[in-house]
Order: sequence, then structure tokens, then C-alpha cells
Amino acid sequence: MANVKLNPLEVVFWLCTLLPFVLAPSYLSLASQIAITALFALSLDLILGYAGIVSLGHAAFFGVGAYVAGLIAKHYWTEPISALLLSGLAAGILGYALSHIVVRFRHLALIMLTMGFGLLLAEAANSASDITGGADGLQGFRVPGVLGFGFDMFGRTAYAYSLALLFLCFLVCRRIIHSPFGLALRGIRENATRMPAIGAPNLAHLRKAYTMAAMFAGLAGAALTHTTSTVSLEVLSFGRSADVLVILILGGAGRLYGGIIGAIIYMVARDQFSGVNPQYWYFWIGLLLVTVVMLLPNGVLGGLSALHKKRQ
Amino acid sequence: MLFDGFAYGMLLFLLSVGLSVTLGMMNFVNLAHCTFAAVGGYCTVTLVNRLGWPFLAALPLAFLAGALLSVVLERALFRRLYRASDLDQCLVTIGIAFMSIAAFAWFYSTEPQSARPPAYLIGSFELMGRNFGTYRIFLAVAGLLITALLVFGLEHTRFGARVRAAVDNQRMARGLGIDVDRAFMLTFALGGGLAGLGGALAIEVIGLESTLPLSVILVYVLIVVAVGGLGSIRGSFVAAIVLGITDTAGKYYFPWLGAFLIYLVMVALLMWRPLGLFGKR
Repeated sequence: MANVKLNPLEVVFWLCTLLPFVLAPSYLSLASQIAITALFALSLDLILGYAGIVSLGHAAFFGVGAYVAGLIAKHYWTEPISALLLSGLAAGILGYALSHIVVRFRHLALIMLTMGFGLLLAEAANSASDITGGADGLQGFRVPGVLGFGFDMFGRTAYAYSLALLFLCFLVCRRIIHSPFGLALRGIRENATRMPAIGAPNLAHLRKAYTMAAMFAGLAGAALTHTTSTVSLEVLSFGRSADVLVILILGGAGRLYGGIIGAIIYMVARDQFSGVNPQYWYFWIGLLLVTVVMLLPNGVLGGLSALHKKRQ
Repeated sequence: MLFDGFAYGMLLFLLSVGLSVTLGMMNFVNLAHCTFAAVGGYCTVTLVNRLGWPFLAALPLAFLAGALLSVVLERALFRRLYRASDLDQCLVTIGIAFMSIAAFAWFYSTEPQSARPPAYLIGSFELMGRNFGTYRIFLAVAGLLITALLVFGLEHTRFGARVRAAVDNQRMARGLGIDVDRAFMLTFALGGGLAGLGGALAIEVIGLESTLPLSVILVYVLIVVAVGGLGSIRGSFVAAIVLGITDTAGKYYFPWLGAFLIYLVMVALLMWRPLGLFGKR
């Protein structure tokens, strides 16, 4: 386990994430959105980048986490940490249930099934409007604060909360992928027939990875609910599933930091461009996507590391 | 109502048959397929509303517009991706769909567009005590006609034989001296053209907005392809009709369920037969 310790570059990176507190206090709520999106992308990276499961419906787990957190805050209590854990658990349970089906499929059927489950859940949330608020969203609750710090209007607490959550989950994910289990996942991604031949239980491994990814996505969803105090149907939408995939690919799948870098680039760019013209933002993201896939097959981080190797 | 569903199904069939064949032939996951439909639709809107063409005369041009765009994209981009992973294909085509949405919004605004069909296609008439929408009848007849042409073309011509050979076994087809690349380009053009035509015909039924390339219609098209089975025209036909009727009936009898029923049926079918109802491989 040589590379389980954070290397200096990583320490610098994580210290940099504290900079918004000092340098851009007016952008803290954007920064907290970025941290949440990064966690969501990280959860997708576990299954897509490491286990090779393509999913076009990952927002299902994000949405379940968001709605569970919202319902707890609205009807029961407003203490966020316990609600966060419960939301993650709920998303994890759903992920575990679905994993039994999902891991058996590949190719088009897999893409269609993950998309189908996502759409199914979005429709269900839309129909059950007396629980979820339907198209109006879940409103009328407020999470006052976390661990004694109130959520302020500048988003200082919100960013601290999302960043802490991202960092903790990142450490857990890092530990997972450096474990023998993580190695087995990469083995399955590279050669799905060879792994069972050397005695690795493929489907069980994939199920575990899928469940964990669902749990992390649920945590991200719950954090969004806590920091914004609303839940809209958008958390379950196909658009969110597609966005997170774009973010991960942009940054580079299968390298932990890919999702985080992708989230930073994507969210900052969206914040800047959509201020000018929200509809045309999609043109640039589409162009970026085509360019990245055609020219930088491993995303921005993959391109950087290739450049670095060439230099050496 | 059964008939309305049938007409809707014919529309879905036109939109999806091209995707089914190209997916079956080259295993190319094209999520930008509905872009071709939108191009056909916008082409019709422009011709009819701005240049005053008759609706029926605009339809062949909608076909041509879809076909042209699909050939350009195939030659420029998709051709390089045949050997890439599913994920890369998905991403590039989603990127194209994103770009097209923004482009349509740029040129035509995000408002829903319409192109009125001529007066003799509007309204309804009674037959044996039932009320039929004239446009639906037109849709059903046109759809059946095109299907018949398509089936004839694929089963009884040399071109069709080449395409079928390439779908069934690409390497063998190549070995026999069939120019698979060319067959694929033509199939792609045909599929894109049919989608363009479908998009033009669909304006009156489902409307035309700039978000069409990634709307629920794309989901329906994918459902038709996935459920019907890759590369199977018969499968797509059956799946499209069933989907059209189920959707129309569902909206009529269980409006609170929305599209829930459709997705449920799709997921169940895919779990039962991942290769689709008529899938061979």
C-alpha cells in the first residue's frame, strides 16, 4: 500500500480548495455546488472509471438521496449529519437492489437499463406529487445549520460542509481503489472473462462497487438538499445523469481527480457562459465533449499526464 | 383511439428504423439520431412558412436534409468511431445533439414551431359511426407505404441483399467483396432521411422544439430499437406500433401514470430479453 498516503501535489490541491474562502467569498455558493457535483462525479467514477459500468441513469441515486434528506428535514428533524447518513443508506439500498440486475448486462442493454431505471424513478417522483411535491418540488423546510454553524447567505458554512463531505468521501474512495478489491475492479474492466478464470467473483465485486457508488451519489444529493433547502424534480432528471457523465469524461475517468477537475471546469464555465446566454451554453459543452473524446481520450487529466510523460 | 395509437406508432417507426439498422450493422450507438428528425422538421417549417411551399412538396426535401446531414456526420466523425467503445460513441453523439439543440435555438428560437398541413389534411370525418382524424389517416397510409417500400427494397434488391449481409456478418460480407463502408454510408443516409421525414410529419402530432434531439422522443426511439432488436426491421415495426398504442391508451385511460408504464414495460422486456424481441445476436 505504498501510495495510500497523499503525495505533496495532492496536499497542495486540497489546500487550494480552501482558497475560495479568502479569494472569492462571493462565489462560495457556486463553490459548494462544485464540491457536491464533484462528489457525484467521483461516485460515477467508481463504477464507470474503475469497474467499467456505463450508466446513463446515475441521477437516480443522487435524487433519492436528495429527496430522503428533504423529506426528513420537512417532516422529522433538521439535524443534517444523521439525515445525510440515512440518505446515503437509502440510496445505497436502492443501489444494492438494482445492482443485481444491472451487473448482468453490457453494451446497449446496460445503457438502456440504467437510463430506464432513472426515467422510471423520475416519473414515479413526478406522479407521487403528494409526497415529493411533483413538478413544484419539495419546499417549505430549512436546515438551520450543521454542528452549531448556521447556514449563512454567503454560503460559507455550506461550502465548508460540502467540501468536508467531499474530502472524507474522497479519502474513502481512494482507500477503496487502492485495496485489493479496487485492483479486482480494474481487472474486471480490462478483461471480464479472465477475472473469473483466476477465481475472482466478478458479479459480487461489481455489485459491491455499484452499491458503494449509489451510496456516495446519495450523500451528494443529500448535501445539495441541505445547502439549498429545496428539492426539485431536476435532481432525478436525465439531464443530470448526462451532465455528470460529461463532467467525468471531461476531467478523465478512472483517476479519482478527474471528476473533481471536470466539475470545476464545467461548473465555472457554465456559470460564466450561461450568464451571457443560457441556451447557447450547450453548444460549447457539446463541442468540448466531441473534442475531448476525439482528441483527448482520457480527459483533461489524461492529456496532462501524457504531456508530462512526453517531457520526461 | 386504437387507430390514433397506430398512426403514432407509424411515426415512431419512421423515426427509429434507421437507428435500428445502423446500430445492428456497425454496433454504433447514435444518440444524435433525433437531430436528423429535427433537421427534417425545421427544413419543412422553413420551406412552408418562409418560402410558401406546399406542405407535401416540402416532405421530400425534409428527407434529403436528414440524409445529407447524416452522410456528412458519418463521413466526418462517426466513421472514426466504429471501433471505439460504446461510451465514446455515446458521448460524441450526445455532444452533437447538444450542439444541434443550441444551433436550432440560435436560428429558430426556443419557441415551438409549426407548419400547417394543407386544408384537405386537417379535420376529421366519420366512417361507420367512428370519428377519424384525416391527418392520422394520412400518417398511417404514408407510414405503411414507406414500410412496404423499405421491405421491398431490403428484401428484393441487390442493395438490400448487401445491407442484410453486412448486418448479419460484416466480415463475411467484406470477404465476399461487398463494399460494406459504402453500404453503410447509404444505409446511414436512408436512416437519417427517414428520420428527417418522420420529423417533418411529426410536427403536427408532437410539435417541434429546439430540444427535440434529446427529448422524450429520443427515449422512445431507443426503446423501439432496444425492444425490437438490433437490425430487425420487423422488430422495430412491431415495437413501434405496440409502443404507440400503449402510449396513447395509457395517456387516455391512466393519465396519472404518465410515461411510467412505458418505462416499466421496457425495463421488464430488456431484463427478459436483453437483445430485444426479434434480436438475433
